[in-house]
Amino acid sequence: MKPPPLVRQSLGVAGRYLPAIVLLALLVAGWEAWIRVFDTKPYVLPAPSRIWRAFLEIRGTLPGHLRTTSTEAVYGLAWAAVVGVALAAIMATVPLVRRVLYPLLVVSQTIPMVVLAPILIVGFGFGMTPKIVVVALVGFFPIVVSTVEGLTGADREMVDLVRSMGANRLQVLRHVLIPWATPAFFSGLRIAAAYSVVGAVIGEWMGASSGLGIFITRSQTAFRTDRVFVGIVLIALMSIVLFAAVEVLARLASPWMYVTKTEEHQ
Amino acid sequence: MTGGGIDVHGLRHTFSGAAGDVQALDGVDLAVPGGTFATVVGPSGCGKSTLLRILAGLLIPGAGEATIDGETVIGAPGRSAYMPQKDLLLPWRRALANATLGAEVAGISHAEARQRARALFEPFGLAGFEKAWPSQLSGGMRQRLALLRTFLLPAGALLLDEPFGALDAITRREMHRWLQDVWLADRRTVLLITHDVEEALFLSDTVSVMSPRPGKMVAHVPVPFARPREGSIVTSPDFVALKAKLLAALDAAGTG
Ligand SMILES: Nc1ncnc2c1ncn2[C@@H]1O[C@H](COP(=O)(O)OP(=O)(O)O)[C@@H](O)[C@H]1O
Ligand SMILES: [Mg+2]
Repeated sequence: MKPPPLVRQSLGVAGRYLPAIVLLALLVAGWEAWIRVFDTKPYVLPAPSRIWRAFLEIRGTLPGHLRTTSTEAVYGLAWAAVVGVALAAIMATVPLVRRVLYPLLVVSQTIPMVVLAPILIVGFGFGMTPKIVVVALVGFFPIVVSTVEGLTGADREMVDLVRSMGANRLQVLRHVLIPWATPAFFSGLRIAAAYSVVGAVIGEWMGASSGLGIFITRSQTAFRTDRVFVGIVLIALMSIVLFAAVEVLARLASPWMYVTKTEEHQ
Repeated sequence: MTGGGIDVHGLRHTFSGAAGDVQALDGVDLAVPGGTFATVVGPSGCGKSTLLRILAGLLIPGAGEATIDGETVIGAPGRSAYMPQKDLLLPWRRALANATLGAEVAGISHAEARQRARALFEPFGLAGFEKAWPSQLSGGMRQRLALLRTFLLPAGALLLDEPFGALDAITRREMHRWLQDVWLADRRTVLLITHDVEEALFLSDTVSVMSPRPGKMVAHVPVPFARPREGSIVTSPDFVALKAKLLAALDAAGTG
């Protein structure tokens, strides 16, 4: 008897990530052993067990920080997606706008966020807004670039086929251009999601009262390297969760991209 | 649905590109009476697809007239059911949704379109594959689905650009008999493009021969065989004689 599809699928997923998980476990074990053998000072590099204890010690204060940073990351990502898609649509329709804006966008990517963040704080204050703006600015570029590519790269012959049926511009957009560009948009969103949490943390370093970024800064000034590592691990986990959420959205929005040729069609 | 006739007069077209000008059509004339099956054969590159793209309203010719059912189609898409050379199934639509694409564009009610499409999956040899993604279909099935999508378009004239070009010889012969059957059922006007002489003779009422580029019509051969035609007709003396005549016309066009 074959296991039901959902079980089979989760087994498949577990199997896929098993080597990575085993490698991670080995690294953590090696790290722990290294600290114990060489008796490294905890403020230089704490052992995983010490990081875990630090986590248990302060876990009560963490939900607030997590909430702040995840809110900034998700809102920033949403703004990046909305503004990015709107701009991509304009750039894809008006070639002149594309030729003018493309180089400017590329140049804008060379401005370090660390330079931009203080200016944003002057403009938006110390609340969540400047952090959301940082995340949006970081995520905006990959989304615009991949969406423009998707919208302009649509198969000419497919467009012609739909036009031959009497489709107007809006119908061409709906039946060909948008579905064609959807997977491209999601590859941009995936990259944006991977950087969004780090973007929020950088924003928080410029000044904040809550969030993983400020938590790390405070721990650092107190020489609590173990707590710094708690922050780092949480940032990594939050990035993974956001990335996975985007992956789920991508599968829902473009199911045809995930069809295997051998899969039963019924 | 009875089909409107197709009329083409003095069609000329030259593509101009960075690499220079390419004259594709040089005064094409063609008349396909409503409800008949006409085929154009010609060497590859002679402008057959260009002719069909003009008739589909997608390409505006340099000169000439083209009408379907008396109405001009120059720069006016949506007046014919056009099947391009590639199947061009939309990968983001399942088989049934690909079939109903034209109806959706035309604004026909969704439920009605699905019902009509569903009824055709069986005769088109696609029963059970309504929910398949295009990437899960074989080459022959993809072609049949593209043809089904074309048949479902609410137009009186079908423009088919080498619909069986990608199929092997055996499947192709099967498709010929089957296309004859589905065509006999509704008798719309068909303009078929092919470079397979046997396919042209088996299916058509008239076969027109096009010269190498720049293309123009150099011969019109009526095909008198009664319908429905049996698969075995292709070996009958009359058929073979007509085939020889057509091949001679093609050769003459090639050297002339
Ligand atoms: N968009 C185009 N731009 C330039 N040349 C083209 C274009 N489309 C077709 N041609 C040229 O016109 C000629 C006729 O093409 P086509 O109609 O596709 O031929 P056929 O379908 O008979 O093989 C060919 O030489 C081809 O290279
Ligand atoms: Mg062609």
